[in-house]
Amino acid sequence: MAEKILMKGNEALGEAAIRAGCLHFFGYPITPQTELAAYMAKKMPKVGGTYLQAESEIAAINMVLGASAAGVRAMTSSSSPGISLKGEGISYMAGSDLPGLIINVQRGGPGLGGIQPSQADYWQATRGGGHGDYHILVLAPSTVQEMVDLVSLAFDLAETYRMPAMLLADGMLGQMMEPVSFENVPEPRRVEKPWAANGHENRRPHNVINSLYLSPQTLEDLVVERYQRYQKVQETEQRAEMYRTEDAELVVVAYGASARIAHSAVMQAREEGLKVGLVRPITLWPFPEKALKETLKTAKAYLSVEMSMGQMIDDVRLAIDCRKPVALCSRTGGMIPTPDEVLGKIHAMMGGEA
Amino acid sequence: METVFQRPHALLPVPMHYCPGCTHGIVHRLVAEVLDELGIEGKTIGVASVGCSVMNYDYFGCDMVQAPHGRAPAVATGIRRALPDRVVFTYQGDGDLAAIGTGETVHAATRGENITVIFINNAIYGMTGGQMAPTSLPGQVTQTTPYGRDVKTAGYPVRVCEMLATLDGVALAQRVTVDCVKNVRIAKKAIRKAFENQMAGRGYSIVEVLSTCPTNWGMTPQEALEGLREKMIPYYPLGVYKDVTEAQV
Amino acid sequence: MIKELQTIFAGFGGQGILFAGKVMAYCGLLEGRQLSWLPSYGPEMRGGTANCSVCLSEEAIGSPLVVHPDALVVMNRPSLEKFENSVVPGGVIILDSTMVDASVTRTDVTVYRVPASELADQQGLRGLANMILLGALYKVRQFCSLEHLEEGLKKCIPARKAHLAEGNAKALKLGYSLV
Repeated sequence: MAEKILMKGNEALGEAAIRAGCLHFFGYPITPQTELAAYMAKKMPKVGGTYLQAESEIAAINMVLGASAAGVRAMTSSSSPGISLKGEGISYMAGSDLPGLIINVQRGGPGLGGIQPSQADYWQATRGGGHGDYHILVLAPSTVQEMVDLVSLAFDLAETYRMPAMLLADGMLGQMMEPVSFENVPEPRRVEKPWAANGHENRRPHNVINSLYLSPQTLEDLVVERYQRYQKVQETEQRAEMYRTEDAELVVVAYGASARIAHSAVMQAREEGLKVGLVRPITLWPFPEKALKETLKTAKAYLSVEMSMGQMIDDVRLAIDCRKPVALCSRTGGMIPTPDEVLGKIHAMMGGEA
Repeated sequence: METVFQRPHALLPVPMHYCPGCTHGIVHRLVAEVLDELGIEGKTIGVASVGCSVMNYDYFGCDMVQAPHGRAPAVATGIRRALPDRVVFTYQGDGDLAAIGTGETVHAATRGENITVIFINNAIYGMTGGQMAPTSLPGQVTQTTPYGRDVKTAGYPVRVCEMLATLDGVALAQRVTVDCVKNVRIAKKAIRKAFENQMAGRGYSIVEVLSTCPTNWGMTPQEALEGLREKMIPYYPLGVYKDVTEAQV
Repeated sequence: MIKELQTIFAGFGGQGILFAGKVMAYCGLLEGRQLSWLPSYGPEMRGGTANCSVCLSEEAIGSPLVVHPDALVVMNRPSLEKFENSVVPGGVIILDSTMVDASVTRTDVTVYRVPASELADQQGLRGLANMILLGALYKVRQFCSLEHLEEGLKKCIPARKAHLAEGNAKALKLGYSLV
């Protein structure tokens, strides 16, 4: 058995990134992700990597843009208000077909909001976060171990599809400690980067990393080509965990920290004999539509559990083509729902059927 | 027959989009000549910034990255940290470097980021059609200062070299211009030194080139050069503001 | 041995609340349990109140935020006021009676009043009241083997603070012998 150690989610993210071959971290302090930056500041010099505290979130994401353009694995991390600042750089990275990892340890918003866990950046993440027609990969871990596993996957997918990847966590996952093992993390995928701007040594034409196309036709062609790639991602990279959905009449949908709470509630409901299941999206973009469609065979209704005023619920409705009612169980502003609250909602929805 | 003049190898054989009389062309050529002379085109990555010079990624023969507006120093930092054995330069206008990218510029400079910065100061936003720049002179008429830049409401111009020269991370801060043969030669020497500094690991080197924008200044190229000499140079004196290679007096 | 235990440690920042929880979490790890440790975070860490939730279980942990603790360890009065009513009926409250002068009004829980801070000062264990209380908790809710308790403590003390290991272990044993 792999040896397990106790680590905070934020620190585990840092270690996982280094093991995934990311030796360039550009950050800026913000609660509740700061332990990640601190971990990188401690570790990077020891592994010959770069830790750089940028002057702003904006500078940090652009340093990632530069390092990614040069062909190396690079990342930044922040929390909600900081991610808004990174929106510009993320859009430019997407428009330049650059990989790279952005970690969002979400906190309550809008504005400066609060510092407690939240999932209110779902729309921002899954709709790209910046201007223009584009998507980024969005992965949502629900345990510290999964934070480790998904960092490596995020880099691999980002490089394979040449698009930025975001790991969408929250203050709870970032701050909590759980047992974690790094032994089964796969070797980083080796992706050739013939496009990198790393000095042509007079052996090839010059490479240009760019997102400016003044000809509308050229720009349209490029965006359409990019969307063909996105379609491939949607076909092949959807990931979700299904828990007792095989005969579920009520399907609870929740990701990240909310999924842990929803899982407890679903377990309890099952003990009471209620036919309830859980779909836990692991990829938020691409959203696991196939998994949700699968549940239509038995489902009479859906319940989206979110630490937001209801954002993912839109994608749930779209995934099932609005064929069944979708209800919301929501807390926001840094409040964390309890399993009892979710169970109460399940009881209310299932009426006296049990 | 002896070749006495030719296009530098590091300048690609493509037509440029610059207006007649614009000094970008001269400065591009100087940068390319220096890349040739130092034999570093193949190991150099240039960073294009937003503004008139944004499309210089099509003109320079080295690898190029186009940065978001103002972020060229951050992008260059990322490249430099990823590729420590390479040469990285940014080519930025006054709006990019001294307005939207002031934060990135000051911090790249104070970190002593080992990059070369070519700063084109023509006291106006060219690409968007002639609005006030952070370096527009007091009283200067632009599209957004139609009654002349009123320092009471629009503030004063930023003197970049003077400001950056106070930072410990800066290796070279020099202001030059390209209005005549003599000054072109001085400018080229400064640009060469800015690249040599980087190759020697000395830190952030900036060469500010006072430039003209005949189109948006509403002048002929000749009038623009005269205007530069009469109005810009007195406000932005040419010279070396910091040079760590010169013995301290 | 107890296999399922949800605990809240609460007190002032600086009393070693998070550390006590971490030791317990490591004990759970050594015991092969599922576990989670979740701290309060933010400005309240600095001088204000601090608390952490520790879950030990045979099953995967759902919410790491403990809402209804089986055990509450409190080191100041505000924390007692905040968490007293959340303890499950039949649960335990272990309080540092040096720091908490109020009494517990609940009658459906077992209360252990341990003058931990005073004892720590008397025994040359200044700053280790947290470990005395953890020892007391272990006595009434044996969440791991004694061997793993000692080992768990060692895991939490970094090499540069190795000189503190002995005092911590002594404080744990003292707490264990009190209740």
